Amino acid sequence: MFGLDKKDTTLLLVVATLTILAPFLLNPFPTASGMAQFNAGYPDLMQRFVIFGIFAIGFNILFGLTGYLSFGHAAFLGVGSYAAVWMFKLFTYNVIPAIIMAVIIAGIFSLLIGFISLRRSGIYFSILTLAFAQMSFALAYSVLSNPKFNLTNGETGLQVYADDPQRFHHDGLPDLPHLFGLSMRSTYTMDVGAWSFDFNAGYYLCAAIMLGVFYLAVRIFRSPFGMMLRAVKSNQTRLNYTGLNTRPYTLAAFVISGMYAGLAGGLLAAMDPLAGAERMQWTASGEVVLMTILGGAGTLIGPILGAGFIKYFENIFSKINDNVLHQWFSFMPDGIENFMVFIVHPFVGKGWHLTLGILFMLVVIFLPGGLVDGGQRIGKWLRSRRGQKEDKTSGTTTPAE
Amino acid sequence: MDGFLLQILNGLDKGSAYALIALGLTLIFGTLGVVNFAHGALFMIGAFCAVTLQRFLSLSYTVEDPTQKDFLGNPLKVETPYVESWFGPEVGSTIIDWSVPLAILLAIPVMVFLGLVMERGLIKHFYKRPHADQILVTFGLAIVLQEIIKYYFGANPIQTPAPDALSGVANVGAIVGMELLYPVWRIVYFCFAVLIIFGVFAFLQFTTFGMVVRAGMADRETVGLLGINIDRRFAIMFGVAAAVAGLAGVMYGPINPPNYHMGMDFLVLSFVVVVVGGMGSLPGAVLAGFMLGILESFASTTWATTTIPGINQIIIYLVAIIVLLARPRGLMGRKGVMED
Repeated sequence: MFGLDKKDTTLLLVVATLTILAPFLLNPFPTASGMAQFNAGYPDLMQRFVIFGIFAIGFNILFGLTGYLSFGHAAFLGVGSYAAVWMFKLFTYNVIPAIIMAVIIAGIFSLLIGFISLRRSGIYFSILTLAFAQMSFALAYSVLSNPKFNLTNGETGLQVYADDPQRFHHDGLPDLPHLFGLSMRSTYTMDVGAWSFDFNAGYYLCAAIMLGVFYLAVRIFRSPFGMMLRAVKSNQTRLNYTGLNTRPYTLAAFVISGMYAGLAGGLLAAMDPLAGAERMQWTASGEVVLMTILGGAGTLIGPILGAGFIKYFENIFSKINDNVLHQWFSFMPDGIENFMVFIVHPFVGKGWHLTLGILFMLVVIFLPGGLVDGGQRIGKWLRSRRGQKEDKTSGTTTPAE
Repeated sequence: MDGFLLQILNGLDKGSAYALIALGLTLIFGTLGVVNFAHGALFMIGAFCAVTLQRFLSLSYTVEDPTQKDFLGNPLKVETPYVESWFGPEVGSTIIDWSVPLAILLAIPVMVFLGLVMERGLIKHFYKRPHADQILVTFGLAIVLQEIIKYYFGANPIQTPAPDALSGVANVGAIVGMELLYPVWRIVYFCFAVLIIFGVFAFLQFTTFGMVVRAGMADRETVGLLGINIDRRFAIMFGVAAAVAGLAGVMYGPINPPNYHMGMDFLVLSFVVVVVGGMGSLPGAVLAGFMLGILESFASTTWATTTIPGINQIIIYLVAIIVLLARPRGLMGRKGVMED
């Protein structure tokens, strides 16, 4: 189906089903119960899942396929956000032109940066992209917000004010980002017994776009172009010696992933019409690297998993405080309970980044293939165990290799 | 002319910090071939050695002084640091006052130990893995170290003042017969940095150990075949590099109060410095460090910022981009380093 083989079609359908049913799946606990804090089915968080999923899918096209590790991808996300908010400010709150503009501007921006950075490879490339991103951040934060030429509004962040022109905005339309009149914040809440599920317009827009670009990513992975990028990763010197110029391929991959980042930035602005310079900082670039590696670089589903994983646990871990911990360990004797809370305390709440850092190190050290690789290994191990059991019952043994 | 000299002086203290961190980065890169993203964190931990020592020395006990009354009429509570009661008030307060320079003594063993643990415990296992993996694991380590410091010391900058004797302003222009006022501590920092840089170079140039290390940098395999345990020496060099970064951090406290993310702020720039200087070239790193520091200070003058707004924020990156495009190996880079 859709020009994909059977396995990829199944994957696409599974991802589609999961994203469509996300409001149910992410809210497994009744609203009033103590477990409700583990629910992740509220609009803001679900939007973040898919938006950062898009960002990570795009990053994976560059890093997973060509092996070029960019430490400056957040710059494109930030540029996309600024472009989208400017569209809101100048023309209309409709999200479609804003998103298109975000993608285009991010594409041009990444073409410029990629053209220069891709002259070098390996660690030099990482440092160059990092330098560019930090430069963009510095520019957006201070220089481009002077009174004469206020492009970014500096520390406050770019937002829409009442006296902005908004040429095509008229009275019947909501004063928020909307899709032909349908506000991105409009949410339909369905109550089923003790449960309540939120269906948010913004989320479904992001989800639809995510599915579209995910399909595109699958096609890129399976295309001759994708094969070429993989060849760049495995042996670039050899490709050069066969007379092939790899630069156009890597540049194309860089621009595509920059456009994905711009799309994610545009969607972030479409969900909440605000763009700040901190989105461009290198910590944000680091985050998308973390997502991709954690999920599994070079795999199709990995980046989405990684993005969901990090955003989910960021949300949950940040909410856990000492009271919650005391509840959890209340079944233990008092001394041990306090001790356990003392041990766990640095890793939750504000300490979430510590947990993330440790987790990330563990993944890089022991599981370079990420969560996807881990899942496959467990699957293989289970299968081999089952195989062994069958072997024992049938009484035959396979010779050791 | 005065202004010109002043800008050079202004650039020297930041340039010293860049040079020291870049020197350590290059040492690690030249010996072990590892790109250490956690090097900024080592700089930051050095600065927090000074904070720790300062807090430790200021530990005090409270006594009630019945001869004095506070505004409520209760006996006044007087806090006396333990150090003052042990060594007498004179010596004790001097020790507390000099806590930042004294922290050097604490920082050297701590940083060498930390460096060795890092190398033996973690980085050793990454020699054969791709550079991307090395970057990623040290990046993760940097986050962890940073968050641990944040957990214990909080997110706000902590003041670590210089000793009173060195915190004033001196007329450094007196030598050449000019009026040129400049903070004493920054001059101290610059001299300290020069001392360390000369120390490291002398260590590499004039000791047998340094000779073996240099031989190992040139051709690791052959040195190994000659029956020398080059891995152990490189591990020690990692410790030395960590100590250099740590010392740069200790002494930087009075210039800029340490906070948990200072390491990362410096790291990005130090990478740029290393790239401009030439990957794997120690003199290149030092030269580029001072050069970019001075350049940054010239770009911060009112004349420069009014001509091109914001030039002070981006000058270093611009120079790096131009250097990389014009001289891809950097100013003093060798052939064959990181060219794959």
